[in-house]
Amino acid sequence: MAEPLLAVTGLSRAFGGVQALAGIDFSVDAGEIHALIGPNGAGKTTFIHHVSGALRPDAGSIRFAGADVTRRSMHQRVHAGIARSYQITNVFSRLSLVDNVALAVQGRRDSGTSFRFWRPAASEAGVFAEAAGYLRQVGLADLAARPAGELAHGEQRALELAMALATRPQLLLLDEPMAGTGPEEAERMVDLIEHLARHVTILLVEHDMDAVFRLADRISVLVGGRLVFTGEPEAVRRHPEVRRAYLGDGA
Amino acid sequence: MGFYQPAPYQKAAARLLLAALVALPFALEAAGQGFYIGLVSRIMIFALAATSLNLVLGFGGLFSLGHAAFFGAGAYASAILMAAGVGEAFVAWPAVMAAAGLLALAVGAISLRTRGVYFIMITLAFAQMVYYLFVSARAWGGDDGLPLAGRASLAGLGLGGDRAFYFVVLGCLALTLFGLGRLAQARFGRVVQAIRENEARMEALGYPVFRYRLACFALGGALAGLAGALLANLTGLASPSLLQWTQSGTLLVMVIIGGVGTLYGGVVGAVVLLLLEEALAGLTLHWHIGLGGLLLVIVLFAPRGIAALFGGRRG
Repeated sequence: MAEPLLAVTGLSRAFGGVQALAGIDFSVDAGEIHALIGPNGAGKTTFIHHVSGALRPDAGSIRFAGADVTRRSMHQRVHAGIARSYQITNVFSRLSLVDNVALAVQGRRDSGTSFRFWRPAASEAGVFAEAAGYLRQVGLADLAARPAGELAHGEQRALELAMALATRPQLLLLDEPMAGTGPEEAERMVDLIEHLARHVTILLVEHDMDAVFRLADRISVLVGGRLVFTGEPEAVRRHPEVRRAYLGDGA
Repeated sequence: MGFYQPAPYQKAAARLLLAALVALPFALEAAGQGFYIGLVSRIMIFALAATSLNLVLGFGGLFSLGHAAFFGAGAYASAILMAAGVGEAFVAWPAVMAAAGLLALAVGAISLRTRGVYFIMITLAFAQMVYYLFVSARAWGGDDGLPLAGRASLAGLGLGGDRAFYFVVLGCLALTLFGLGRLAQARFGRVVQAIRENEARMEALGYPVFRYRLACFALGGALAGLAGALLANLTGLASPSLLQWTQSGTLLVMVIIGGVGTLYGGVVGAVVLLLLEEALAGLTLHWHIGLGGLLLVIVLFAPRGIAALFGGRRG
């Protein structure tokens, strides 16, 4: 069997006395949508932070595309092909949409080394044309010149996606892309993710179970910092510990 | 703040101002007010120093309270070079800028690992260290500072005359502003401004944030060093007062009055502050009270600075 795109082994992390992640073994195969679910406080976002490089583990290793990236910084992992979107919308609200995405394009093209002091960046048509392309992909082409801060919440989530895509990732980490969106927006987001998944592998953290069961090829369940189950959606639905975890959460 | 964008009429206004500044010394001499040429030179030098801080603070978003270290170090470096017989500006000043830039690189490499109030404090601490280093060095004049035997020469031409020196200062300031305007709109400038807006997001887009901040900090330090060298040459003395933390404060006040993150903010702030000092100091010893009042008015009614009032758009 081919090596998975992302292979996490024995990942542990404690904050003070709290064991946030306890010996997690987890993998994402190339081409799949792998959803990570679990009650609030289970450690899902902490896990994403470790994969993206924002946090370092106490123990364990992370391999990506055949290389050990455990010690690599976040910006190095971006260039290796891991991109993320944020649970709380995190865009440059005072910049236009196209400027937001152009920053991502520029970062990828320059491999992060934009030490160019003279030529006006606005004159670089290639960067902006490419940025406009990503905006079109997520359905925001008409709003390209607007400041990101003026967008509706769901549109900002889509902008997040466009920025992550512009880094041309192999693996896209989506941390609750549906959070705070209305039913219509959520529907659009599900369609969008489905569309993107044809080109990129996705690790999806999400509370919206309808979306998870519609999208995921495999689902892993995180409870109290432990991975209690990984399997096909149907198997997860039937799993007793999953039901208990969710009932215990009051959901 | 968004990305820096020049106001539509900015280029024309800058050209007009440059033409006026070129004509100014001749007009002053004709009017028998040649003394003021030195004053305007001094203002332009402080404008350069404040502009260098504005690069760090306004564009880089780094609230440094130690900028005087690079300003003063530049003054001392030029005096030391002069004492060693290096009086050619084309040799000495690039060396001064390199020295101040390297000092900023070292200070930044440590300081930029901290954030917020810790960054303010650690830059202040480094600046104080530099201050005490120079004050305690007998060979460099200690408390008295290090005098310069004469002014530097430029490609062999003496700059002893006030008018000649004025034009050198004007050239340095104009080139710096032109370069900074380019930089702010180039890739590097967009990256540091975006880092100012949202550091974590830039890291997540693949930018090594620390390196950009360090480059911005060092560049600001190098330009401050040039301003220091010019001031030492103007006054004939590298004074320890240039290194004092109050000097860092003065430069900050200039930037805040003029407009943080605007291209001409440092210039406007230096002009306003120094002219005010000149005008009020003649009236009363307590001229700082008037300055305090002005600062209050500006912070309350033009929190983005005077330059921003004239449409120096920041996005």
